Amino acid sequence: MKEQFEPNVVAFLCNWCSYAGADLAGTSRIQYPSNLNVIRVMCSGRVNPLFVINALQQGADGVLISGCHPGDCHYMEGNFYARRRFTLMKELLEYVGVDSRRFNMSWVSASEGSKWKDVVQGVVEKAKEAGPFEQFRRNKINW
Amino acid sequence: MNNKPKVGVYVCHCGINIAKTVDVNAVTEFASHLPNVKVARNYSYMCSDPGQLLIREDIKNEGLNRVVVASCSPRMHELTFRKTLAEAGLNPYYLEMANIREQCSWVHEDRERATGKAKKLVAAAVSKVRLLEPLQEKEVEVEPATLIIGGGIAGIQAALDIANAGFKVYLVEKTPSIGGRMSQLDKTLPTLDCSACILTPKMVDVASHPNIELFTYSQVEDVSGFVGNFQVKVRRKARYVDMDKCTGCGACAQECRLSGRIPSEFDVGMGKRGAIYLPFPQAVPAKYTIDAQRCLFLTRGKCGKSPKCIDACAAGAINFEQKDEMIEFKVGAIIVATGFDVFDASRKPEYGYNDYVNVITSLELERLVSASGPTGGNVVIGTGEEAFVPKEIAFIKCVGSRDKSVGNEYCSRVCCMYTAKLAHLVEEKIPGANVRVYYMDVRAFGKGFEEFYDRVRREGIRYIRGNPSEIFKRGDKLVIKVENTLTSTPMEDEVDLVVLAVGLEPRKDAREIIDLLRLSQSADRFFLEAHPKLAPVDTATDGVFLAGCAQGPKDIPDTVAQAKGAASSALVLLSSGRVKVQAQISFINEATCRGCGFCVEICPYGAIELVTVNRMGHQVSVARVNEALCKGCGACAAGCLSGSSQQKSFMDRQILPQIAVLGVMK
Repeated sequence: MKEQFEPNVVAFLCNWCSYAGADLAGTSRIQYPSNLNVIRVMCSGRVNPLFVINALQQGADGVLISGCHPGDCHYMEGNFYARRRFTLMKELLEYVGVDSRRFNMSWVSASEGSKWKDVVQGVVEKAKEAGPFEQFRRNKINW
Repeated sequence: MNNKPKVGVYVCHCGINIAKTVDVNAVTEFASHLPNVKVARNYSYMCSDPGQLLIREDIKNEGLNRVVVASCSPRMHELTFRKTLAEAGLNPYYLEMANIREQCSWVHEDRERATGKAKKLVAAAVSKVRLLEPLQEKEVEVEPATLIIGGGIAGIQAALDIANAGFKVYLVEKTPSIGGRMSQLDKTLPTLDCSACILTPKMVDVASHPNIELFTYSQVEDVSGFVGNFQVKVRRKARYVDMDKCTGCGACAQECRLSGRIPSEFDVGMGKRGAIYLPFPQAVPAKYTIDAQRCLFLTRGKCGKSPKCIDACAAGAINFEQKDEMIEFKVGAIIVATGFDVFDASRKPEYGYNDYVNVITSLELERLVSASGPTGGNVVIGTGEEAFVPKEIAFIKCVGSRDKSVGNEYCSRVCCMYTAKLAHLVEEKIPGANVRVYYMDVRAFGKGFEEFYDRVRREGIRYIRGNPSEIFKRGDKLVIKVENTLTSTPMEDEVDLVVLAVGLEPRKDAREIIDLLRLSQSADRFFLEAHPKLAPVDTATDGVFLAGCAQGPKDIPDTVAQAKGAASSALVLLSSGRVKVQAQISFINEATCRGCGFCVEICPYGAIELVTVNRMGHQVSVARVNEALCKGCGACAAGCLSGSSQQKSFMDRQILPQIAVLGVMK
């Protein structure tokens, strides 16, 4: 029997809402898949579209950007920038043939520990459906 | 200086919190083989004294210049370990944390997978820490003043504490008087002392305190700046009464053509007021206010031949030309004490609050039993010939609390005890009254609460366990349909008055405060504190503190305690006089910047400007960051076309290796 594909998802979380929400999921001992790994940034507005390309190149099967709910950004408008960049980026990725299920964005607040679980489950599930990502792979860590 | 990275990795067991699901020995062994790692150790509690000593000793003995701590969330202990580094003489920003507790051991059960993930997170942290650069923390001066939003008991207490410590306070209250919800209460529990008697002296103290500037009938319109240096704009709404001239005699209110015709907010509609009014007799300031939405002269431009209030006012204080006034000032700290709204009982239509005059809320009853209330303290329902004194009285608890159907899962904490208090007062005021309480649970958790609950039951108040499903009218009685859940008996009880013990909800205009101060809400929609246990008055916004029911339902003692806590937190800031500003801010590589100005447009704080510099004999335009204004969000770094704008500790070249590690490692 073929072993089930376990996707690898890289997530960028803002420090104030989504990272805190993910911490709350931990404090509340809410279980979710271990396929997603988090990189903490201060604001979702910090996420350079380059990071997304890079993650896909370097072996990620899916990418998630998560920030504060629109209007709740700790830095006033960073998540609006993130949303705009995400929209453009998604179109570009679709254009070059990347399955749109690989690239996701969510709003998770500091109090939404259980929503974080739902988001992780959803993103991992979608990456699983999309299968292993093999386009423009690099697979080497430049230490 | 040889700054070749020498990394120390410290894996924490956190007792069994991490070690139970993550094989810490395997992670340590793995980490010891990562590039540039000089030492890798694990210890039961890294945050403890011996744990920190381990790091300090290694920095000294092994010549470490970078540290990775794999333990809890950086939101928990990043500052702790930064201090550890600083104590060992290392720049505190040579630290990276791997969150293997909140985001690993606590959320995964499979030991093998959790260990694998922990390894990845540690490797990513190592990849980043090697590239971190030392940062300098700058300090700025703190404006020695505090803004307090909300003039209820929380705001009053915080204002007095800060003012007594010798610092300036600006207290802004939306309504014409300070006093808040506590001023509407008749008695406080469980001691039954008179609410007004203990509150009004404090209100007067606020008004007369030389360090407190009081803005009533005012609203905060804008807050900019940051901890230590907030710039505040307050709108002082036109009262159409000259505050300096008004003596508070009340002649105007008696003469007003609408006198006794407008439902009084203070009496929650149980009493009436005029268009010019004093919210309640002990109001501070004791100055009248004209309700611009109701006043005939202001709404229609005509009030008889001339407005009667003008004629009645001997002091000549009425001024229909008055305009809203904008006031600006600077503060170092802000305390949010905006309080709560009571649950709107019409959202439970089965209880008939909108249909029957003898279904009232607890706050309405509070006004009826109050000696200074509209009925002089007599519990009389209805008006004119229909007025009657109820004999059979029922309280229903948890109306709008612990009720998912209205979106309020939380317990409002005060209803159990105020119900006991009101039941006692009603029984005392109406001879021969028969009082019963329908309840789900009785939560008498505070000091003297259980004793009080016991007392009212001994006084003959009947507690019936059951959550009524419906209230309807039969003859001139109200019928309560309920199942006694202790005896499993369905009942229909006939009563004269139903009092709904309504819960506490966040203010309807809480959104305005959230937008103003960048606050977050918890799941119950009250304002979110920075940490539920260890930072209950702080918020995610530095320099902004919470007090009272704005943060969640609480009774008066808890509110006062929290207000004192918030005041003390603000005073720490004010009395130290200086505050560290964010070090992880943006900077521009002027050599590669092409001066396009994208970052100038992106920056939410206006912290970047274009300046002209001389580059090899040419005048060129480049962007430059104002370090005092930059908050370190990094939006400019993500938008820069040439990669010239970067955020310290979150530079592209520091994040990209993390991505590579997380992507490539399976």
